[in-house]
Amino acid sequence: MSGALIYACAGAVLFVFGVTGLILLPHLLRKILAFNIMGSGVFLVLVGLGQRDGTPDPVPQAMVLTGIVVAVAATALALALVRRLLSLTGKIQFPEESEGLGRCWKNK
Amino acid sequence: MRSLLNVLVIVLSAALGLVLIGVILESPSPARVRLSEEVLMQIGASGVTHPVTAVLLNFRGYDTLLEVMVLLLALLGVLAQMGKQKRENPPAGFYLTEPRMQVLLWLARVLVPLMVLVAGYLLWAGGHQPGGAFQAGAVLAAAGVLLNLSGLLPSWMEPAWNLRAGLVSGLLVFLLIAAAVMMTASPGLLLQYPPASAGMLILLVETGLTLSLGLILAGLFLFLSGDAIDDEADK
Repeated sequence: MSGALIYACAGAVLFVFGVTGLILLPHLLRKILAFNIMGSGVFLVLVGLGQRDGTPDPVPQAMVLTGIVVAVAATALALALVRRLLSLTGKIQFPEESEGLGRCWKNK
Repeated sequence: MRSLLNVLVIVLSAALGLVLIGVILESPSPARVRLSEEVLMQIGASGVTHPVTAVLLNFRGYDTLLEVMVLLLALLGVLAQMGKQKRENPPAGFYLTEPRMQVLLWLARVLVPLMVLVAGYLLWAGGHQPGGAFQAGAVLAAAGVLLNLSGLLPSWMEPAWNLRAGLVSGLLVFLLIAAAVMMTASPGLLLQYPPASAGMLILLVETGLTLSLGLILAGLFLFLSGDAIDDEADK
């Protein structure tokens, strides 16, 4: 097993950690962090698989570079949405099914 | 019931992880399509000598074009989420009187000019070694965040016309060059730079991208930090 494949496998493990966290953690900030860990795992898989022959492949590297910047922007958008939710409901969690967001709007 | 569900999720995730690792280990080692060799064969026509920059701004230039649009969309989303109420900006340098902030202030004043210099170098270096518009834009954005955190730069509220122009300048330059190339050098083909002028065109696109990526990434922080939550005022 070459070093590049170890990176790719570590990326797969990170991705799975992220998926688990995204499902299990109720706090939305933790969900955003888990989402970022998922993304980092994907980047690691792409870069790792891209250089398993020994020479780095510039195409996945360029894709990962693009992906990192998009992930930063998506995180900022998610944070903005969470802040809006906080100012609307006072909670950083998804509302339970019985108390939908619609009712929060009406209560305003 | 809840804990049973959690255990189920963890078991399924572990299974997913094992499957993924198995797939990675089983994947055929000499890939059938060798993109890196394709890139190295064509790099002479790309106008730059660093393969990642060649892929980003020439071979898959439309990817980068769409990415800048995605970034602008994310910024628009952040702006749309901002509270409507007008608030007084904290004046620039509002920490200046506090003695414990002096180290941060001094650091910001020394570091920010250096960061602008580094951004310019990264932009220029992108043509022949690791670097380029994204790294340079990220350094510029970090300089903006540092200035904001040290109180030297107030948070952004409503973008004025000059900030709006800066935010879209990278995309506009990119689109103008794409349209000009499509109309003159290679009709009907998107972003097919003529090899003779490709290097100059890529540097032009990257310069615009550096400026507007720096502003967009800084804006993602500076717009959010200016919009302090006070839900009491909402009610």
